[in-house]
Parts: sequence; C-alpha cells; structure tokens
Amino acid sequence: MSTPRSQFLSDAQVATDDVAQRGFLRQALGGYYVSRDVQKARYRDWEQARDAAAMAKWNAVNRLDRTLTTFATNFERNGGKIHWARDSAEAREIISKICRDAGAKAIIKSKCMTTEEIHLNDALEAEGYGVVESDLGEFIQQLRKEPPFHFVFPCMHLKREAISELFTKHLGTAATDSPEELTMIARRHLRQLYVDADVGISGANFLVAETGQISITENEGNARLTCALPRVHIALAGIEKVIERLDDLAVLLPMLATAGAGQPMTCYNTLYAGPRQPGEPDGPSEFHVVLLDNKRTALLADPEQRDALHCIRCGACLNVCPIFKNIGGFAYGTTYQGPIGSVLTPHLRGLQQWNHLSGASSLCGACTEACPVRIDLHHHLLHNRRNAVLAHVSLFDRLFHGAFGWVIGRPKLFAFGGKVFRATLPLLKKLPLPYLSTWLKSRELPEAPKKSFRDEWKGSQS
Amino acid sequence: MKSAQETIMQRIREALRLPAAKPHLKSTAASGTPAKAGRPWLPDGGETPDARLTVLTENLIKLKAQLIRVADMSQASLALAELSRTKQWKRLAYHAHMDTQALIKHVGCETWQADAEFDKQKLESCDAGLTTCEAIVAQTGSIIVSSSTNGGRSLSILPHAHVVIARVDQVMGDLSDAFTFIQQRNSDHMPSMISFITGPSRTGDIERILVLGAHGPKELFLILVG
Ligand code: SF4
Repeated sequence: MSTPRSQFLSDAQVATDDVAQRGFLRQALGGYYVSRDVQKARYRDWEQARDAAAMAKWNAVNRLDRTLTTFATNFERNGGKIHWARDSAEAREIISKICRDAGAKAIIKSKCMTTEEIHLNDALEAEGYGVVESDLGEFIQQLRKEPPFHFVFPCMHLKREAISELFTKHLGTAATDSPEELTMIARRHLRQLYVDADVGISGANFLVAETGQISITENEGNARLTCALPRVHIALAGIEKVIERLDDLAVLLPMLATAGAGQPMTCYNTLYAGPRQPGEPDGPSEFHVVLLDNKRTALLADPEQRDALHCIRCGACLNVCPIFKNIGGFAYGTTYQGPIGSVLTPHLRGLQQWNHLSGASSLCGACTEACPVRIDLHHHLLHNRRNAVLAHVSLFDRLFHGAFGWVIGRPKLFAFGGKVFRATLPLLKKLPLPYLSTWLKSRELPEAPKKSFRDEWKGSQS
Repeated sequence: MKSAQETIMQRIREALRLPAAKPHLKSTAASGTPAKAGRPWLPDGGETPDARLTVLTENLIKLKAQLIRVADMSQASLALAELSRTKQWKRLAYHAHMDTQALIKHVGCETWQADAEFDKQKLESCDAGLTTCEAIVAQTGSIIVSSSTNGGRSLSILPHAHVVIARVDQVMGDLSDAFTFIQQRNSDHMPSMISFITGPSRTGDIERILVLGAHGPKELFLILVG
C-alpha cells in the first residue's frame, strides 16, 4: 500500500525525470521574476514594507480571540450571517444546508483554496448540484478532473495545445493555439452560467475586523460576478484570515499583488459588507460567511510556528522554490503546495505521515526571503523535522545514536574506528549498501585523508 | 453541548496562552499602526495634485487602461460619443447620476438605465457600462466604485467595456488616503460592495501570457474632467 511518503517519492521522481516539463515550468515563471523585480523597485523600501505587512498579520493572529469576535459582530451588524465550522465535515454540511434552504440548482464558484481543502465540490456534486469553477485556471482544472497544480496559478503546467484539446473535447470548440482565443472561449461559455446560478461561493483573502467586511482579490472579474449575480453568496474563510483595520489593506493588498504575481495591485480588490442594501439595485439577498478552524487552532497553539498562520497565500514561496521548480505541484499531494504547504500539511494532516515534506527543501531559504509577511518558512521545516523525531524516535535512530554515543565516549576505540573507516572507505563506496549507495548516486565521497586530525595535531606539536 | 463557535473560541484562547515572539524585523522602530509604519515605504502616490496626475497617468498606461483627459463636461460627452462610434457600441448601460445623464445625451447608441429596474440578462447584452466613481488612487491606478453610489455591483463588471466619468479632484495619493476617505464617508454604514478596479480584467492562466478581458470588461476608459 502506498503511504503519502512513498507516493511523494515516486511522483517526485517521475516529475523530476521530465526535463521538458521542468524547462516549461521555468520558462513560465521567467516572466514573473522580471515583473516582480520591476514592481519591487517601485517600493521606496521593500524590506520595511515587509515589516509592516508582517506586523499587521502578527497583531491580528496574536489577538485572534478579539479580532475574530469583533469581525463576527461587525459583519452580522451589516446584515450577513456568520457560521462556525470546527472541521471540514462541519463546513461542508453548513454550506450544503444553505444551498438546500435556498432551493439552489446551479452553483458558481470563484477561486477558493479553502474549498479545495474541505473537498467541497465533491460533496455538493454528490448532492446533485451543478458546480462550476469560474476562474479560468480552476475551470480548466475542473474539466481535467485534476486539483490545482499551484494554488495561485492552477494550470501553469499546461501548454496551450493541451487546453485547446480539452476545450474541443468538452465544449466542442475549434482548435486554436492562441491564449487569447482560449480565454475568450471560456469567457463566452461561463457568462450565461453566472446569470443562471442561484448560489455563488467564494473565498476571502482578508476579513476586516474593524468594519466587518471581507476582502476578495482577483484578476479576472469572475469573483465580482460570482458575488453580484446569484441570489445567495457564501464565502468560506479560515479563521486566520482576519486583520484588525481596514487601513492594513493599504500595505497588504499591494504586497500580495507584487509578491505573488509581480503586479502593482491585483485587478479587482473588493470589499463586501453584507447582502444587497436598501437603495442598491442588485446583489444577493443573503450573504453567509463560514469561518473554518480545521486544525488552525492547533497551529496557533504552537508559538514557534504560529506565524505560518500569517500566510496571505500569495504563492511567492512556490515561485522561487528549487524543489517546486523541479517536482511541480502535484507530487506534494497536498492542498497547498510548495514551502508553505510543506510547513502547514504536517500540522493539518498529521506530523508522522507528512513529515517527509519537511525534507522537501534544500534549506536554501529562498522561500523565507520571498515571503511578504516574513514567515520563517525554512526554519519551520527544520522545526517539523525535530518535532517528528522527538515524537517518535525510530529503532534505527536509537540503536545508531546509542552506539555512536558509546563509541565516541571511548577515545581509543573512536580512534581505532576512524582508522578502520579510513582504510575501508574505498571499498564502502563500491558496496551496494542501503542508503549509502542511493546517496552516492548523485554525489562523490571525498578521498579519505591518510591521518586523522588528532594524528596531525600530535605531529604538529612535536 | 458546546456550539462550534464556543469550541473554536475556547481553542483560540487556550492556544494564545503561550505568547509568540514578534517577527524578525529589519526596520529599527516601527511607530503607530502597521499601515502607518509601512506607508512611507510603499510606492509613491505623489505629494501634489500635479504629481499625483503624473503617477496616475503612468500607472494607467502600464495597466492598459485608457485615460481621456477633457476640460469640461461637454467635452466629456463628445469623448463618450466618439468612443461609442469607434467601438460600434449598440447599447450602453448607465446608472442615475447627474454626470452620467449629462454624458449620454449625445452618445448616439441605445442607452438603458440599469439601476431603474435591474435585469441581469439585459445588462449582459450591453456593450458598455458607464459609471461614476468614489475616488481614484494615483499610487496604484485604482478606480474605486461602490454598490450604493456607482450603480450597484454588476454595472461595472458585466458589460464588455467600462467607462468611468470622474473629476480631477477625485484623484487621491495612496491607498491609505482612500481607506480614510471610505471610512469617513461611510462612517455609519458601509455599502455592501466597494471595489478597487485596477485596469481592465485580465488573466495569465494560460502559459502565464497576459490576456485582457477574462470575465470582466476587456476595456476600461477613464474620462477625467478638469
Ligand atoms: S508563506 Fe509567504 S510567500 Fe508563501 S504563500 Fe504564504 S505569504 Fe506567500
């Protein structure tokens, strides 16, 4: 039976062997690096702006009891309804009940990774609702029956030919190699679906405590339509999405856009305060926000890694990660890919089963450097490794380290062992030993020196 | 049995008993709220009205939005008529407002007041939507529309083109200015939607190649009076 670990190893191997695909991925990210640097240069000081963004999230998360209560109170004052979900199952049940009560048939969704986390689409489809993803990348992935490859760029692994074929197969459109024409096919296909949908489901990028608004960031306008045309609007958000003040967005919105996609500002940043108000011509008559815990409070309880809850899901850490660039998004087998996914998943799904992701890192620190809210990502991977060992020391580790400690406490024995090791090293390299021979596949062992350090030292003193 | 809300709040309170260290900051002394501390380090929005207009103009060009500067409302209405002719619009939707009503008088295509009796199917068939706006942010090139004063939620997003009529004194420096303005103006009650529109709708989902008009307007025109 495959475990998450063995699955990861074999998927990562396959992805890494596909040199052409790796090249394609790098090329797709190439434009991002250029525009990100151009935008960063427009900041008067990017590093200090990161400090401000980090503090905005730190304040909100470390006072989560107050900020969340304030948000919920202010949100309901604006006429919306708050729901609390301890876990995925509860969140799914809340959302399908709202759909049932609304007598819904068709549901339109804008991009929301939290709905991926709770596997919402499967649940709604099982109850007979038509659920359509409206974000172009998500729409493509839904047609392919595949999860997103990257939580910001869901189909960045696909070439235009594959997308054209997909559209021909499912939508009956003529083949084309123009990204523009492909986009227009999706545009035409989805327009009537927005108009016909009874329920719109979105995520939320920020929950503003001070004003009780939710903030949604997007480029395509599909979230705007999802939140405008259906009768009912449901937004699903993790409890960590809350921020204290409206003004915090003055820092967070541009930084999210610049770090994540190299933009000065994402095309639509929209604040929703409630259902349609008296005097407004359109908008949903019901507005629900579902606040999801799903083990976030367990991460909150770990002061060392609490800052992982600061994540604004910009995707910058994926874009710079040498591991992501080589193994791609699918091999992770997680909702959130890349460094932040490797940090979060062991907390959300179990440390022992998912600890292998803590090793999916070269510890180069590129992620930490890229993160607009200064999450200490690569150190958290180390923390997870340590915690996994502390929680469960394997027999091998116990024997090996016990023996090592015993030997090293006996200097004569240690010196003798060293001598034997130096003499047999050339032989060891050739033997098909477990671990060592795998490790040596892509590495060279140095030549053993003639003398040990202690012998050298003695020699130099005389 | 405890409600989900009580359980989650209790978990949060227990989790927060152990304090977390502050992030490793690079700056020496951040004073005031994070947003106030960060403000001097973000991109500049311009100190004077002229500087703001320069920044705004540059941003709109990069965003591929089209800025049309005119001296007065009569020129603005000529500009709209010109747009409608060259783009061959058949139907233009607008909302009730002094400025929009003044503008559409000579537009030369069918016009429809979308906020009189809202009809999403009819709005979908419109080539363009004409709205006013709350404010404009030079720093980011964003145009702010609200559901209560600028024609609702769909008028600025569903038609294929969006035309905004605004006056130069609506141009603000940065996002902080805009949020202060929004909070003062709506101190008692926020409109149900406030959107910061930064350029025409776009996507890079296919091979990270930029395509305009993913689901929202393909074209965004700002007619700026004064
Ligand atoms: S961890 Fe930081 S860089 Fe990665 S997605 Fe979250 S905010 Fe962005």
